Amino acid sequence: MPLDTQIDPATHKFKLVGSRPLRPDGVDKVTGRARFGADATAPGMLVGRILRSPHAHARIRKIDTSRAEKLPGVKAIVTQADFKDAKGDQDVVCNVMARDKALYDGHAVAAVAATDALVARKALKLIKVDYEVLPHVTDVDESMKPGAPLLHAGMITEGVEPPPKKASNVAGRCEFGHGDPETGFKQADVVIERTFKTEATHQGYIEPHACLASVTADGHADLWVCTQGHYMVRNVCAEILGMDVSRLRVTASEIGGGFGGKTTVFIEPVALALARKSGKPVKIVMSREEVFRASGPTSSASMTVKIGVTRAGKITGAFADIRMQGGAFAGAPTSLGAMSAFACYDLEHVKAIGWDVVTNRPKQAAYRAPGAPMVAFAVESVLDELAQKIGMDPIELRLKNAAKEGTQSSYGPKFNRIGLTACLEAARKHPHYTAKLGPNQGRGIAAGFWFNFGGQTCVSLNIGVDGTVALAVGTPDIGGSRASMCLIAAEELGIPYDKVRAIVADTSSLGHNDISEGSRVTFSTGLATIQAARDAIGKLCARAAKMWGISPEAVVWENGYAKPAGSNAGNFEPLSLAAIAKKAAKTGGPIAGHYEVNADGAGVSFAVHLTDAEVDPETGRVQIKRYTVVQDAGKAVHPSYVEGQFQGGAVQGIGWAINEEYVYGKDGRLQNPGFLDYRIPVASDLPMIDTVIVEVPNPGHPYGVRGVGETSIVPPLAAVANAVSNAAGVRLTALPMSPPRVLKAIDEAAAVKKRKR
Amino acid sequence: MTKINVSTTINGDAVDYLCDAESTLLDVLRDQLGLTGSKEGCGTGDCGACSVLVDGRVTCSCLVLGAEAEGRTILTVEGIAEGGKLHPLQEKFLEFAALQCGVCTPGFLVASKALLDRNPNPTEEEIRFGLAGNLCRCTGYDKIVRAVQAAAAEMRKG
Repeated sequence: MPLDTQIDPATHKFKLVGSRPLRPDGVDKVTGRARFGADATAPGMLVGRILRSPHAHARIRKIDTSRAEKLPGVKAIVTQADFKDAKGDQDVVCNVMARDKALYDGHAVAAVAATDALVARKALKLIKVDYEVLPHVTDVDESMKPGAPLLHAGMITEGVEPPPKKASNVAGRCEFGHGDPETGFKQADVVIERTFKTEATHQGYIEPHACLASVTADGHADLWVCTQGHYMVRNVCAEILGMDVSRLRVTASEIGGGFGGKTTVFIEPVALALARKSGKPVKIVMSREEVFRASGPTSSASMTVKIGVTRAGKITGAFADIRMQGGAFAGAPTSLGAMSAFACYDLEHVKAIGWDVVTNRPKQAAYRAPGAPMVAFAVESVLDELAQKIGMDPIELRLKNAAKEGTQSSYGPKFNRIGLTACLEAARKHPHYTAKLGPNQGRGIAAGFWFNFGGQTCVSLNIGVDGTVALAVGTPDIGGSRASMCLIAAEELGIPYDKVRAIVADTSSLGHNDISEGSRVTFSTGLATIQAARDAIGKLCARAAKMWGISPEAVVWENGYAKPAGSNAGNFEPLSLAAIAKKAAKTGGPIAGHYEVNADGAGVSFAVHLTDAEVDPETGRVQIKRYTVVQDAGKAVHPSYVEGQFQGGAVQGIGWAINEEYVYGKDGRLQNPGFLDYRIPVASDLPMIDTVIVEVPNPGHPYGVRGVGETSIVPPLAAVANAVSNAAGVRLTALPMSPPRVLKAIDEAAAVKKRKR
Repeated sequence: MTKINVSTTINGDAVDYLCDAESTLLDVLRDQLGLTGSKEGCGTGDCGACSVLVDGRVTCSCLVLGAEAEGRTILTVEGIAEGGKLHPLQEKFLEFAALQCGVCTPGFLVASKALLDRNPNPTEEEIRFGLAGNLCRCTGYDKIVRAVQAAAAEMRKG
């Protein structure tokens, strides 16, 4: 992409980028003033509630809403019949409202809008659904077996040649790699093959899904919603409801966490359908139970990994077979998992196969680096064991095989400049790596990779009459991005940070922006902000030229001032941004900068995590005693929020590793749909999370920025598993490493030892 | 439906309201009084996002009925700042970047205030256990703990 001025981020002295100012939305968020999804109201608003299937798998014979409709206060009811003509991705439509079958415990089957919550709740009880309960399957390996209960009669596995004749629960197969792993294993001194399992975990955002919809009699609609992508919500809902995209204006509320889970629609089309039917605004807020039962957890996985190394520590061959269930519809992140499996290493013989499997569970949604953490758990566990077998330091083994600039990645492309070696070396140098361990403690390290994405982005930068700047971006702020965008705009314009205010514009006020996902915001929106600022600077220079009566080419922009380019241009006092803005009406009208791009060049990123775990041999309880994150950020725009991403990802990974899991009963119902039984880490479970920001500039960004949001959740499952395995003296191959599992592994290892004696 | 008449004090002001017998204090605060700073993260007392002080004691407002506020003194996140001046906890949460999405922040501020009112010089462990009833999914708690430590030090200076 064309960049007007390319700076060298490694040597450039930034004035603001890299500093840690207070975030612009901060005061609102510490005073209760910030408005999140559930905080909006509208006059005459109705309460929407959704009826959900209590069965894991059932044919819906009939839905009788007649008694509910007669209940005073009920204003509208919708069922599958209201969505039968819906266009667009039919899996999304069918997930929003079940069709002929309920496919999981929690699948929406009907919804009501009523004058208050009590009436709505009563109405749900009056809706009679005639179910024919069918056999179900919730485990990925069980679901792949011949004879497993079939979810979709027409599901023929994609990516298999020739295509199978019979339908199955396997939606697709994918394969990545190069060379021949079997050849590689023959060259190895030690080969280890192991099978691993991870349970599904939920993103666990503290704010449940919430939205407020209204539709006018002439078909104009407004939607207020907590989402990572309000343009996506607009496009998908307009398609489902058969509306023109421009008739639906979506405003993104403040968002109380997403982590990938708010990158699709669940309640939004339902709220709009109810609003259209009732003629009144309708608000739907999910309960926490609904969030667990019906919004996307990530996939559970079953994986076989085989790696061979020489005594000298060269990896000669690597193979992974990755089976993930993504709930009731195709789309488990198996290809991302298979692509990322061995991306950290420079390998001659590597292959990863992925299987996308459906089960009677909620449709998975993206969760921070989707697919990568579980696969890294398997791969990095085997590497840890191999290092022990050949008596090599685990960081040394990784350094010997680390991918570098020019390495042909295991998923295809050649790497540009990357920071894995720098991260490994920083981890080895960190005092944590050589600190003494206490009794029953073990240390684990693991590396992790994530692609990072760019995508469609549009930014407007409007200069006010007093020279202050309103920056309109279209990517919901999920981790402090408005602060970073203000820093970037102020850096380019040469004005103070607090003279820029960034907002997240609604879908009618700014061009399309892709979802805040794929760690893309600071990269793409940052890039577009730089270019929008440079666009504005060009215009500011032209206005100054007009004021001076010289040619625009004879004006340069330096530190917030327009100046004559040289003595030939004339002798004029520099004009500040504010001075030019003040005269804007007389020099051609308002001054604004814009930029639109489908950004590519997002640099991949790597992280190395170190942790010390203590295992209680009596109870199997695991405690994380120390944790250090080392990650390449390319260039940290606001280091505090970069550290925050490192720490948050690490702790979500710790939860995944030792506590969190979806527990299904024999009846196929989710047993723990609440924060009491689905236990995410709390403050007393954790130590401080130390961070090291490595900066190896991304050649694809003017400042060298790489996305940082997702990579941080890739290594922790493996790092914790390695630490626990080293502490317990037995290899743990299933997550979460909850006390019963750890205790069982310790007891089994002890029994084997005893038999051997 | 018979409503219950409640007289209470919220953020220093005398407040009267009518509420349903079923309504929680959180429902009343958010839906009737427009105090949406307190958040509903779970509705079962597990996440702490709805934390308020009831007579100085940190309480999940989703577990208290609106009717139970009769005669009590309630403090919500909206009442922590004094006029236009932020409380040291609010200042330190901003300075230490102790919030990312910010939805748990009101509950953390209320719980932290209760902790420091009770114990002006808590250890790291006391802070971690004192805030163990509040869930944060973004930060990993590191910066929250540091912000509370810094606020405590600031407040001890007086």
